[in-house]
Amino acid sequence: MNPSSPDTVLEVLDLRTFFRSDDTIVKAVDGVSFSVRRGETLGIVGESGSGKSVACLSALGLVPRPPAYHPSGAIRYRGRDLLALPERELEQLRGDRLAMIFQDPMTSLNPYLRVSRQLTEVLEVHKAASATAARRSAIAMLERVGIPDAARRIDQYPHQFSGGMRQRVMIAMALLCEPEVLFADEPTTALDVTIQAQILELIAELKQNLGTAVVLVTHDLGVVAGTTDRVAVMYAGRIVEEGPTTEVFAAPAHPYTRGLLESLPRLDAAPDEPLSAIPGLPPDLGHLPGGCPFHPRCGHTGDRCRVEYPPAVPRSATHAASCWHVEGLP
Amino acid sequence: MTDAPDASSPPLALPLVEVRDLAVHFPIVRPGGGFFRRVEQVRAVDGVSFSVHRGETLGLVGESGCGKSTTGRAVLQLLRPTGGEVLFDGQPIQSLWVRRGNRWAWDGRLRDLRRRMQMVFQDPHASLNPRMTVEAIVGEPLRNFRLAAGRDRRERVRELLETVGMDPRFMRRYPHEFSGGQRQRIGIARALALGPEFIVADEPISALDVSIQAQILNLLARLRQDLGLTMLFVAHDLAAVRHTSDRIAVMYLGRIVELASARRIVAAPLHPYTQALISAVPAPDPVVERSRRRIVLSGEVPSPVDPPSGCPFHTRCPLREDRCTREVPRLTEVAPGHAVACHLVTGGPAARIPGTL
Repeated sequence: MNPSSPDTVLEVLDLRTFFRSDDTIVKAVDGVSFSVRRGETLGIVGESGSGKSVACLSALGLVPRPPAYHPSGAIRYRGRDLLALPERELEQLRGDRLAMIFQDPMTSLNPYLRVSRQLTEVLEVHKAASATAARRSAIAMLERVGIPDAARRIDQYPHQFSGGMRQRVMIAMALLCEPEVLFADEPTTALDVTIQAQILELIAELKQNLGTAVVLVTHDLGVVAGTTDRVAVMYAGRIVEEGPTTEVFAAPAHPYTRGLLESLPRLDAAPDEPLSAIPGLPPDLGHLPGGCPFHPRCGHTGDRCRVEYPPAVPRSATHAASCWHVEGLP
Repeated sequence: MTDAPDASSPPLALPLVEVRDLAVHFPIVRPGGGFFRRVEQVRAVDGVSFSVHRGETLGLVGESGCGKSTTGRAVLQLLRPTGGEVLFDGQPIQSLWVRRGNRWAWDGRLRDLRRRMQMVFQDPHASLNPRMTVEAIVGEPLRNFRLAAGRDRRERVRELLETVGMDPRFMRRYPHEFSGGQRQRIGIARALALGPEFIVADEPISALDVSIQAQILNLLARLRQDLGLTMLFVAHDLAAVRHTSDRIAVMYLGRIVELASARRIVAAPLHPYTQALISAVPAPDPVVERSRRRIVLSGEVPSPVDPPSGCPFHTRCPLREDRCTREVPRLTEVAPGHAVACHLVTGGPAARIPGTL
C-alpha cells in the first residue's frame, strides 16, 4: 500500500504480537504493516483493545517477551530489523533516534528525580554530552516546548508541574536527541481541550522544524483529523483501513470507519437525534469471531464475512480497506 | 449574586431544581505546626446559580477542576454545600442535614427525597460493587426503601434491565463479566430503580469506547423522553453536552461564566473562555480542522486554593482589561436566555476575539 520511498524512515511489515495466556492466545496485533516518512504524521486510530498501543510498543521492543511473542514481522529502520536487534543495540536507538511519549506523564517520569537529572541523563547517555552542555540544551528544550521560567523550573520535581506542563517535560525529553521517529501514544488524552490544543500545536511545530516522523496513536478522531497526514484505522488487531487523512474522512470505505464517524456527536452540525451508534460490543481478543472480526456488528454482513478475512481492497493508489463489500459501497 | 438571572426561556412553572449561589469549599491543612499551621480553602464551587426545569436537560461543561462534578454532587446533597441554597420542587433541601456528633448526616426527609433524585456515575468499574450480582445491585435501592421484595423485586429488576437495553438473563452475573458500556447500563438501571424525576449524570460516557458512547447517549435521550426525566448532564466533552442538553452552563474555576441555550452557546459564544473552549474542540473533519483558526490560550488554569482577584479568567484572557483584575464580573443576562459573566460583554456589544471560528 505504501511503496517504500527514499523518505521512509520506519517500516513495519506484517507484525504479529501475540500473548499466551492460560487457555488462549490473545492476538493483540495480527499482521499489521505501516510506514512513516520524514516529516509525516501517521495516525493510528482505534478503540481499547484494537492493538494500536501494542503495535507501537512492539516497534520499539517495549513489549516484554515472554509473555508476548512475534510469530511474524519485521520493523525496518535504516536497513536493520529492530525485532531481531540485540537489546543493547536497541537501547542505543531508543530515546535517541526513536522516541516515545505516553498518555500519562507521571508513569514515565521518575518522581524521585529532579527534572534536570532526567533530561540531562538522556544527553549524557546518548550524546556523551558534558554536564554543563547537557544542562544548557535541556533548558533550551524546555523553553522550546513552552515551559516558562525553564532555568528555574528544571530543578523542580515532576509533581511540582501541572498535567500539561508534565506532558511538555516528557515531550522535551523525547525530543532532546532530535529523534527521527516519535511515537506518541494518546499524548493528549489526559489533558483538557485547551491544553490539548497547546500540545498538538507544539508537536506540529517541532515536526515541521526538525523533520521528525510522528506516529500518533489515539482514539480521538478529532485529533486525527487535525494533526495527521495519513491514518490507519485498527480493529481487533488489524488495520482495516488506511489512507490519506482527508480521503479517509471524506470517503470512509470500511463500515467500521464509517460507523465511528457517523456515531460522533458534532459541535459543527445540528444535533441529529438519535446518533447512529455501532451496535454490539468491542471484540474479545481471546475469543474473536471467525472471518472478519467486525461482522457481528456490521450492517453489511454476508456469508463470506463469517468465514474468511477480507483482503485489503484499494480505493485509490494510497487508500485501501479490508472489507468484502468495499466495492459495493457508495 | 442576588439578582443572578435564571437564564432560560420564560419559566412556565416552578423549576424542579433551583440552585442559588451554591458554594462548596474544602478545607486543606498546610503542613507546619503551631504558628505555621495554615488552614486554606479549596474554593471548588464558588457562587453558582442556575435552575433546571421539568423535562429539561441542563449541561454543565468545563475542564478538570472547574467544579462541575462537585456542583452535581452538591445539588444532590451527596456532599454538604458550604453556602447557598438548593431548592428541589420548591423545597429548600440544604436545611435537611442534621448534626450528629461532629458529623453531618441526612435527616429522614432528605432520605425520602433521594427517591426522587439519583445519580449516574462516571466510572462504571468503580461505582458497582464487584461482589454483588447485577440483580442485587439494581435491586438494592428497592430493598433499602422497602419498595419490593422477593419475586416482585426480581420482576422489577427484570423490567429495569430491559428498559436500559440489557438481557435480564444476565442478572445473576457479576459486574466484571460485563464491558464498560454494559456496566454503565447497569448503573443507569440502578439510578432508575426508584423512579426518580431528576438525574445527575456525571461524565457518563467519558470512560467508554467511542463506538459505545453513542449507544449510551441514545439510551439517555430515550429515557428522558419515555420517563420525562429532568437531567443535569455533567461532562467535559462539549460535543456530547451539546447533543444532549437543552441549555448549557460553562464553568471556569468554580463559577458559571456563561449560560444559554445549547444552540446559542455553540453558535454565538460571548465569553472569551467559551470562545476558546469551543475553538479548541477538534472536529472529526480534516477540512474544517485545516481551515479553522484556533484560539490557543496561554497559561494554565489557576489553583482554586488561591484564585485570581477579579475575573477568574483574567490571567489567561486575551481581552483582559484593567478592571478585570479587580472586579468579579457577575453573571448577567445580556440577551433573552443568554447570561454571561464578563465585563467586556455586560451591557455592551459582544466582544469577539479577533479571528475566531
